[in-house]
Amino acid sequence: MIENNDPTSGGSSGGGCGGNCSCGSGGGGGGEKSGISRRTVLKAAGATLGAAAFAKALAPLTEWTDDLSVDEFLQKHYRELNAEQLATGMKRIEDDTKENYGADVTVEDVRPQKGVKFGYALNLSVCVGCRRCAEACHIENNHDRVSHNSYIRVLEMDKGSIDLEKGTADYDHPVPADDKFYMPIQCQQCENPPCVDVCPVEATWKEKDGIVVVDYNWCIGCRYCEAACPYHARRFNWEKPVIAAEEINPDQSYLSNRIRPQGVMEKCTFCLHRTRKGRMPACLEACPTGARVFGNLLDPNSEIRRVLREKRVFVLKEELGTKPNFFYFFDN
Amino acid sequence: METTKNIVEGAEGGDDAATDARVSYSYPRFLWRAAGLATSGGPMFYGWMILLTCVALVGANAWAIQVRDGMIVTNMTDHVSWGLYISNFTFMVGLAAGGVMMVIPAYIYHDRDMHDTVIIGELLAIASIVMCLMFVIADLGRPDRFIHMLPLIGKFNFPISMLTWDVIVLNGYLVLNLHICGYLLYKRFLGQAPNPKWYIPFVFISIGWAVSIHTVTAFLYCGLGGRPFWNTALLAPKFLTSAFVSGPAFIIIVLQLIRRLTSFPVGEGSVRILIGIMRITLLINLLMTVSEIFTIFYTGGTHAAAGNYLYFGHGDQNELVPWIWSSIGLSVIATIILLRPNVHKHLFWLDLACVLAFVGIWIEKGMGLIIPGFVPSTLHEIVEYAPSPTEWKVTAGIWAMGLLVYTVLLKVGIPIFTGEETITNHEHRE
Repeated sequence: MIENNDPTSGGSSGGGCGGNCSCGSGGGGGGEKSGISRRTVLKAAGATLGAAAFAKALAPLTEWTDDLSVDEFLQKHYRELNAEQLATGMKRIEDDTKENYGADVTVEDVRPQKGVKFGYALNLSVCVGCRRCAEACHIENNHDRVSHNSYIRVLEMDKGSIDLEKGTADYDHPVPADDKFYMPIQCQQCENPPCVDVCPVEATWKEKDGIVVVDYNWCIGCRYCEAACPYHARRFNWEKPVIAAEEINPDQSYLSNRIRPQGVMEKCTFCLHRTRKGRMPACLEACPTGARVFGNLLDPNSEIRRVLREKRVFVLKEELGTKPNFFYFFDN
Repeated sequence: METTKNIVEGAEGGDDAATDARVSYSYPRFLWRAAGLATSGGPMFYGWMILLTCVALVGANAWAIQVRDGMIVTNMTDHVSWGLYISNFTFMVGLAAGGVMMVIPAYIYHDRDMHDTVIIGELLAIASIVMCLMFVIADLGRPDRFIHMLPLIGKFNFPISMLTWDVIVLNGYLVLNLHICGYLLYKRFLGQAPNPKWYIPFVFISIGWAVSIHTVTAFLYCGLGGRPFWNTALLAPKFLTSAFVSGPAFIIIVLQLIRRLTSFPVGEGSVRILIGIMRITLLINLLMTVSEIFTIFYTGGTHAAAGNYLYFGHGDQNELVPWIWSSIGLSVIATIILLRPNVHKHLFWLDLACVLAFVGIWIEKGMGLIIPGFVPSTLHEIVEYAPSPTEWKVTAGIWAMGLLVYTVLLKVGIPIFTGEETITNHEHRE
């Protein structure tokens, strides 16, 4: 704010307060000019003080930006990256993991295979609720150790009802309990995913093989998808994930199990870094009862197609029209 | 904005008998003058601004820590993933839309008193939208990536994502009101009659737009099939109705303060119209609440779970019960007070009714609407939520920033509208 005392220049002076306003100062006659000037000085001092105070209040932001890089800030959406940009991005993630977590990892970009669309089925007759699938997910996908996160929640249900309202996820006793059955729930990889529709920045989308993925470098963390998902399949990184170097799964991919940044969404990807290379998801391999069936819905001879053909299957919350690619069935 | 103003000025320079001084007094220069006005006042003004600045500083610091350490410093979880920020955001959209209840009587029915005071409501819309945008930013896990939301630069998931609609309507409403207020104040300051061509069409657009901001905000929630508590067609109408309670309630109180603290002429007509609006909207809103409660509890079943939790609690998990019953109680008392035929002559009761109604709607549309959407969760788990100290600090900070913006806008607008501040007496003094 620069005081301008040239009367012909009009009102370019911000501090040019006249005696007509409600302030008590300003006085009259000869005192006015010095009053104006004093006020301007005071205003400038006040503005400076205010700006300094805000700078001080916002100082924690500078500690946060130490973790950010300009390259990351400028990186484009996953689907707009060319091979070279993607390689640079993945290299940077590897370096960051080494620097922040002390682990040597490889980050790949595994693309969908042609003629493949993944489906998953779960046999509720044999699931015993041991939660080994949830634990395997925790390890495979480099989840935060503090929150003990997993993409799978196992509900313990009363026999005689498949009403989720009667289920509980925090049971703590030997399993299987009498009169109970168990229902693991994870991302249903919907044909018509509400989470994808609501995302304001297209940070989440459905891939050609049916898997709904998140670009962790594009997500703004508004959590609208988490509100939209009817299956509690999405998780938010409330803080920077904590995980010891020796516990880190080094086989990582860009769209799935690499360690997620703080403040973004994540979700089950049917372990696409494994399944797109012909392996089974970690949750399936961990299951001791063989309750889980995974495969290619487009292959008529696949195990998953046999289940859909021969068993009586149902999907969760069918009335919502989300068209899950995750099916439940009973054996007997 | 500034470009628009310069064009306006240029277009009118020819046919107007404006003096050279007026022609040379550009819009940026007017804004600079406004900045001077906004920072000059008496001890009470400075005290108020310093108080607000201090609260805003506390909020800014809490937010900076939240961005650095992650949203773990809030009490939100994967079960209740929106909390106090989005609650306040929803309420503030209503307050922004509520100002239209002054615009309609002023411009469509040409009510004289309202026409003189309508600027108070339009300026409120500006401050409210600024607060809305701040609440959204506060809720983002990665505010550094907000550019991803910008059309063209980022990836704008339009038209399928309702959030992109909200970005458009909120910012559009902000620009509309900045234009209308800026143009009217500028012309008043110059001592010229405003050219209807340059603001009347925008005023009429803004009336429809005000409805759109709150409708789209309701659509954010009611379009989610997985959240039965929100998934009701009643949501958008109820949003609007309650906005037309909270908006007029706030404006009535502001008008009384202005009448006491400044020489701005506040005709009784404005307050009486706003009271008339509140009498109806409060009742309609209560009727909608009753209708909602009936539908939930008479039908029962799974869809009643959230309503059950909200109104009666789930065993000893009953965090929201005192909130929602207070809200209903406050609304009912406000309704009864306002039914008194000559309430406009009993200012204590009028003010009390407005405060009660305002707080009642704040609860109903904030915590009372957002949290039950998440409790029970989509897998029917009951995880409760109460805001953390960080969330309260950030929220208080944003309210302080909003009041600061509103105070500044009024500080500029009022002396120009009363004629205390015009180009002639301004230049005369110099």
